[in-house]
Amino acid sequence: MEREVKKTLESMVEDIYNALGGGEVPEIRMSSRNRDNIVLDKLSSVWKYGDAKVSRSLRTTDGANYVLKNMYMIDFILEMLRDGKSSTLREMYYISEGWGRAKFGTQDESDLMAEDLEVITSLIREDFKLRPEENGASIIGDITIEERSRKGDFKKINCKDDVGEAGYTIPNNVESEKLRIRSTNAKFVLALETGGMFDRLVENGFDEKFGCVLVHLKGQPARSTRRVLKRMNIEMNLPIFVFTDGDPWSFRIFGSIAYGAIKTAHISEYLAVPTAEFIGVTASDILNYDLPTDKLTDKDIAALNAELKDPRFQTDFWRSEIETMLQINKKAEQQALAKYGLNYVTDTYLPEKLGEAGGII
Amino acid sequence: MSAGRAMASHYKEISIAEFFEKNRHILGFDSPQRSLFMIVKEALDNSLDACEEWGILPEIYVEVAKKSDDTFRVTVRDNGPGIERIEVPRVFGQLLYGSRFHAVRQSRGQQGIGITAAILYGQITTGEPSRIMTKTQEADVGFEIYMQINVKENKGTVISESPVIVNYGHGIEISITAKGRYQTGKQSIIEYLRETAVVNPNMNLTFVDPDGVTTVFRRSTEKLPEPARSIKPHPLGLEPGEIIGLAAVSSEKHLRSFLTGEFNRVSDRVADEILKESGLDGSAFPGEMKAETAMKLQQAFRKVKLMPPPVDCLSPLGEEFIRRGLMAVYEEHHPAFYSKPVTRPVSVYNGNPFSVEVGIVYGGELRADDQVKIIRYANKVPLLYQAGACAMIRAVAEIDWRPYGMDQKQGIGVPFGPMIILVHVYGTRVPYTSESKEAVAAIPEIIEEIKLALKSVGRGLKSFMNRNERREKANEKFNLVMNIIPEIGKKCSRILGREEPNIDRVMSLVANVVFIKEEGSKCDGGFDVLARILNYTSESRAFTLYAEPVSGKIDGEAMWTIPSISPAGVSEVRFKVLTESDKYPGTDYYTTGINPVLVHGAEPLPGDWSLREEEAVEDGA
Repeated sequence: MEREVKKTLESMVEDIYNALGGGEVPEIRMSSRNRDNIVLDKLSSVWKYGDAKVSRSLRTTDGANYVLKNMYMIDFILEMLRDGKSSTLREMYYISEGWGRAKFGTQDESDLMAEDLEVITSLIREDFKLRPEENGASIIGDITIEERSRKGDFKKINCKDDVGEAGYTIPNNVESEKLRIRSTNAKFVLALETGGMFDRLVENGFDEKFGCVLVHLKGQPARSTRRVLKRMNIEMNLPIFVFTDGDPWSFRIFGSIAYGAIKTAHISEYLAVPTAEFIGVTASDILNYDLPTDKLTDKDIAALNAELKDPRFQTDFWRSEIETMLQINKKAEQQALAKYGLNYVTDTYLPEKLGEAGGII
Repeated sequence: MSAGRAMASHYKEISIAEFFEKNRHILGFDSPQRSLFMIVKEALDNSLDACEEWGILPEIYVEVAKKSDDTFRVTVRDNGPGIERIEVPRVFGQLLYGSRFHAVRQSRGQQGIGITAAILYGQITTGEPSRIMTKTQEADVGFEIYMQINVKENKGTVISESPVIVNYGHGIEISITAKGRYQTGKQSIIEYLRETAVVNPNMNLTFVDPDGVTTVFRRSTEKLPEPARSIKPHPLGLEPGEIIGLAAVSSEKHLRSFLTGEFNRVSDRVADEILKESGLDGSAFPGEMKAETAMKLQQAFRKVKLMPPPVDCLSPLGEEFIRRGLMAVYEEHHPAFYSKPVTRPVSVYNGNPFSVEVGIVYGGELRADDQVKIIRYANKVPLLYQAGACAMIRAVAEIDWRPYGMDQKQGIGVPFGPMIILVHVYGTRVPYTSESKEAVAAIPEIIEEIKLALKSVGRGLKSFMNRNERREKANEKFNLVMNIIPEIGKKCSRILGREEPNIDRVMSLVANVVFIKEEGSKCDGGFDVLARILNYTSESRAFTLYAEPVSGKIDGEAMWTIPSISPAGVSEVRFKVLTESDKYPGTDYYTTGINPVLVHGAEPLPGDWSLREEEAVEDGA
């Protein structure tokens, strides 16, 4: 595999080298990673990049700087492959300090370029020995996995019996060489946006009472979290339900789980669970459950309007929820349900909503 | 002048202290901080007037020392001619004493009302006498005089006088102790001194503030300004009271000779016409003129045909003073652009000759998100107060600055941007909005002239910005072709472990221009300049190159024939720019014989090139 990666990256460099020597202005072409270039892949039911291409050429300063930085990044990756090392995205950003003119201005720039490289080569960043620095999210529930330890042997972990209150922490690399999902007695997975709600459900014993696996998303879920959800869905046949705050940003969290994120549309097939269902908090919940609310900010309103134009949200359900939220001009946190007591969410709200959603309970 | 005269007669019978008390505000002594400022201003204006009149390069020392919480001693020393000791009580102690009361002349101070008011203010608020040191060139010693103003008799009273040995040739030092408050900021003594230094670049000024901090403004030129000439008053623009005043001091015995002798532009023929129009007797004695007679004269002046007043009686700052002054004082902001200052031809309003000068400083470290700073001058004196009422601010605000590349809301109001605008209105009688002379009245003729001058410097600013933009674009492309692309080539070959590719063809494809790049290095009397011409097109290029430094001039020929340069080839041109500047001002390049779109770093030769050459020769001569 590593030989393949090396060959792919070197051939990119060779293209530039040959163009330069052959008197042609070199360029790098790739799919446009823009919202307007997201199309639904009928076969897999996830959103992927369409046919629109962008090109970075040496004709402009920006284009030439891009190509130069790209060459430095490839050189760095080849070096890691040679030396058997890996680095975090943040480390690479700092290492670029020594690249002179090719130094990155921000970590956003270097992260984006690493993703670009995935899009261009159809490889993933694990192939490039690059990993994110953030901790993965947590899992609690009756599911058994095997994780390869540093010594190289696989260790069996039941996410209900073998973990503490914080649950099992999802590692950065969740591919099968690192993580195997063995068995489960759960009937479904409930993914939660906030730590407060995750803790509430654990304390109330929701997972045991209703036979589910709880996953704390930690806000916008990392790739590894989404990949684990996808694998639980495919390999264990567990339906995925998503429970978030009721605001435009939480809608996007669901969008990235169910349909694929715009930034990672090149790997939507690996990450997105098209059958995932949104539990709430919906705009209708705010009205039906009479929840405590905050007024929408200008940024919230702009985000909702952008979602109305987002191809992923063009369903009757989302259209009506987004429009309702704009109309009532209110948003609510999932913990607003505590208005009716600490047990309300586990005894009343979730059973009602999950019942509606698919008769799971 | 009219107001001063009228006031004097009106207040003849009341005490001068009472007069002062009643008129504090119009004289500018209406608040503790402003009063301190006024003392410095009045003394400094007098010093500079004296130096200018006598052709002396000013050496000024200003000190504000703290005596107690609310009491300060202001000292101003000059190297002017000094005055005879017997003149001291009259010059400094008599309100409305002036040597040229009826002469019309452009000067900083007017009829000497200010310094006496300053002394009187100190006397009223602290009871302390003022100390005046004077030394003339002829005298062997200087005299230290303590004096007060006898408010009943409107004259100075000497308390003590003693000769002192001084180590300088001549000059006056005045110390006034007064109540006040010292402040810094927009309307402060230090700001007044700074702005004064801008328009007096031939002055050395040392200032010591109450904390003992010394600030020095050094002269940047030793030139003397052309002193203003006195002219007789022009009949238009005189009030009846002033006509009576002139008549009172005139030695003419007959009305007709009074008209021809005391007024500007009144010939024998014109005098006859005036007499005919007014029905007055030409042989009558003009002294002790009645108000009725003066009114008749005033009306007749307006009916007869009079030539406008002569215009060579004014003393502008001049281009060089404005440029040097702005450079010396605002250099710390490293501005990117100093406009060529604009001096308008002399105009006339209401019989009074006046003119306008404007200069601008732009860019560098000046704040880009603030409103532009406008420094206002009337007869070489900075105006710090009442900006809102001033014709200069109005003129700036009435111009749409957006076409000149400045930010401005709806094209009206003071624009925003990293810029300082200097506006100088000068004339024999600048119309102020009040007696404290803080703002120029919004006379349409004056506003119009200011606007014309501003638009002229605005055009200069615009062409600077355009040139800068083009230079930046050219630099960016140069960097792309000369640095980034070769580095990509190196990096690729290192990764692959192969030889570096020949990238000339790609460089030409990307650039498709001829670059002209210059470097200036300091040398004796100016800068050695190396201009490199790099052909990054796919064909050989030959053309003619011309150069014109932004300031200074080229030593020798400023035109070169560039022989055919092959693709990816380089040619060099060396020359020397003669300039006094410490920073290489840059050179504008022009070409003929090549399609201008193929050249980066030079413009097509303008049609008036040969004319400019002549101008340059004249400048150098």
